[in-house]
Amino acid sequence: MPKVMCLAIPMRIASIEGDEAEAEVGGVVRRVSIALTPEAKVGEYVLLHTGYAIGVIDEVEAKETLKLLEEIASFSEVS
Amino acid sequence: MSDVILLAHGSGGKLSHDLVKKTFLPSLANTMLNKLDDSAIFEASGCLAFTTDSYVVNPIFFPGGDIGRLAVCGTVNDLSMSGAKPLYLSLSIILEEGLPLSELDHIVKSVKAAAAEAGVNIITGDTKVVNHGQADKLFINTSGIGIISPGVDISGANAKVGDKVILSGTIGDHGIAVMSQREGLKFSVPVESDCAPLNKLVCQILKASPRIHCLRDPTRGGLATTLNEFATQSNVGIMVEEDKIPVKESVRAACELLGFDPVYVANEGKLVAIVKPSDADKVLAKMKQNNYGRNAAIIGEVSDAHPGKVVMKTKLGPSRIVDMLSGELLPRIC
Amino acid sequence: MKFLDEYQNSDLATKLARRIASRSIKPIRLMEFCGGHTHAIMRHGIRQLVPETVEMRAGPGCPVCVTATTDLDKAIALAWLPNVTITTFGDMMRVPGSYSSLQRTKAEGADVRVVYSTMDAVEIARENPKKSVIFIGIGFETTAPTIAASIIKAQQEGIENFHVLSCLKLTPPVMKTLLDSGEVKLDGIICPGHVSVIIGSRPYEFIPADYGVACVISGFEPIDILLCVSKLVEQIEAGQPKVEIAYRRGVKPQGNRKALELMEEVFQIDGANWRGIGIVPQSGLKINQEYEHFDADKVFSGLLRFARNDKPVREPKGCRCGDVIRGVATPLECHLFGKVCTPEKPVGPCMVSSEGACAAYYQYGSPESSENF
Repeated sequence: MPKVMCLAIPMRIASIEGDEAEAEVGGVVRRVSIALTPEAKVGEYVLLHTGYAIGVIDEVEAKETLKLLEEIASFSEVS
Repeated sequence: MSDVILLAHGSGGKLSHDLVKKTFLPSLANTMLNKLDDSAIFEASGCLAFTTDSYVVNPIFFPGGDIGRLAVCGTVNDLSMSGAKPLYLSLSIILEEGLPLSELDHIVKSVKAAAAEAGVNIITGDTKVVNHGQADKLFINTSGIGIISPGVDISGANAKVGDKVILSGTIGDHGIAVMSQREGLKFSVPVESDCAPLNKLVCQILKASPRIHCLRDPTRGGLATTLNEFATQSNVGIMVEEDKIPVKESVRAACELLGFDPVYVANEGKLVAIVKPSDADKVLAKMKQNNYGRNAAIIGEVSDAHPGKVVMKTKLGPSRIVDMLSGELLPRIC
Repeated sequence: MKFLDEYQNSDLATKLARRIASRSIKPIRLMEFCGGHTHAIMRHGIRQLVPETVEMRAGPGCPVCVTATTDLDKAIALAWLPNVTITTFGDMMRVPGSYSSLQRTKAEGADVRVVYSTMDAVEIARENPKKSVIFIGIGFETTAPTIAASIIKAQQEGIENFHVLSCLKLTPPVMKTLLDSGEVKLDGIICPGHVSVIIGSRPYEFIPADYGVACVISGFEPIDILLCVSKLVEQIEAGQPKVEIAYRRGVKPQGNRKALELMEEVFQIDGANWRGIGIVPQSGLKINQEYEHFDADKVFSGLLRFARNDKPVREPKGCRCGDVIRGVATPLECHLFGKVCTPEKPVGPCMVSSEGACAAYYQYGSPESSENF
């Protein structure tokens, strides 16, 4: 079962050194390139694709989405 | 004595004898091996089990173990999975010219420790040396002989509808431990190979269920492949639940990163048991009392639906087929 | 794991599924254009969670599957040139070319290495200055900026033995081609998640505007996909197709500006040859003149012409990968599927690649569909 290219797993930036960073998820630490996301800060979460962070996860939007999902969930209880 | 392996160490002459006397014997000494005869001679009667395996794992040292420990555990476990009490092992090593003697020494000490833990003796062995570049550091072959108690009849073809499927602990540890060395993945808490001799665990399981139906260790190909083997051999369907299968968080994360499914990743210290429903709780309790079974769980059951196939109920609810591993997942993992 | 676990909640999934069922009246067809989505939809059994009125079809979303055989043949030919090291993503290794595969080529002694990242290929070039390291650049807009970044880095470090064979392709043009062909009638599109992190939502706006087809950009977890389907159903039932982002934690309307800048710096748009579809205008990325010394096509074309014996491109008989890629057929409708064509002995790329529709169907098929093989 080979590697799936598209799935980018969210990783937390633990430290930054130039255009590279150490990113962490579930206890796994990996060196990644932040050449595409120079604005990434330590503590933020990034989406990783073939060793490069391709985007910084917007935590505010993530919260909004979860809220929306909760609303949908509670509505479908009623209907 | 030189500090690396030379071709002369394999020539059968003085250096070869030196190697045996100074590296192998001190660690592995026992009455039969010490004789250094061409064959080890012993008496045994009853139903015998005999198995062989070669080990080419790369890298030879990994978190939680090394090729030496792997070689002993793998063969001890093959015997145990047939319900045999392991008695004796052979140890055959092919060394690459240039291998540091300190590394060989370390590996032989691992062999000793694993054999001692399992309670087996290495009674015969062989060493060969090949030119630099013709073996990747070293390759090991171990063969083993064990005795099966009367009444024990374990086979992949014995699974019956209604049986419970029990897994002895977390999956994916060994494959990820080896892979993490190769891929340069680091862990804040290192994932260690689960490489372990399971003969004592099996002994306790047999006490709880002497007529146990199936036992196997999910090595190459992982849990999925072993379950598929049972399903095919017994011509039954096997249903498992994804959220009952124990996986360490760091292993799950590493699998996500590397694109692997934990059910296909190799294990070297786990077993799958298929037992009568009335014995399931007893066997589970016995397993949990053993260190190597402390995370044991009932993960599914044998059914008459979809004979020959393994079906998994996903976390979300829908079921999907879990096929055998196809293609190559992790080369040279054991 | 944060931003992952929350989107795998089974209780939430059931409720979302119920909502979709309550709102979906007319039968509709949705298509995804991302191999990761195809894989996730099969892995999580999404088809079993949505009502029968919602049909989900896989489109051309697998970069390996849409690579033209002629490009793969070229990569294999390059492997045999003196002092060349081929580096590639793992999935390409077992795809059958006209006469061989990269895996077979490696087994026969050529220097072919699997890499996880373009960074690894640059590293190999750095460590082997006497070899010409060629990276087989397959992928869409998610991978393109990573390749651009690696070329720029190689330039900055003066690494001259690194080259890329660009087989990069763009998503919106192939969406247009499929919609124009009218082969498969679509009501909605599940827009790719990570391509959209890069390009944003604007490039899809022509789809509802010109074709009346609904578009929602989706993430990869089961909750993400169900949320996306829910929004598509609502748009379609209301008769108000538009472009919506359901994957808001990852995708902004303007995309990733830095990534787009890097792509513009290194590449130019050109036609591309899509397996199963043919040449799609303006749908590929080639390395532009300023970076042409990194372009394997330009650097090695002379040598290749010399070495090649001009054997014609061959497609495997009976293979319906082309139809599966265009969404005209599902894997179950290919009579080679599961019988002659399996992951062990793949006939076409859709069965080899982990993102291919056939591989996903084979690996994760539902117990019912498995009766077919």
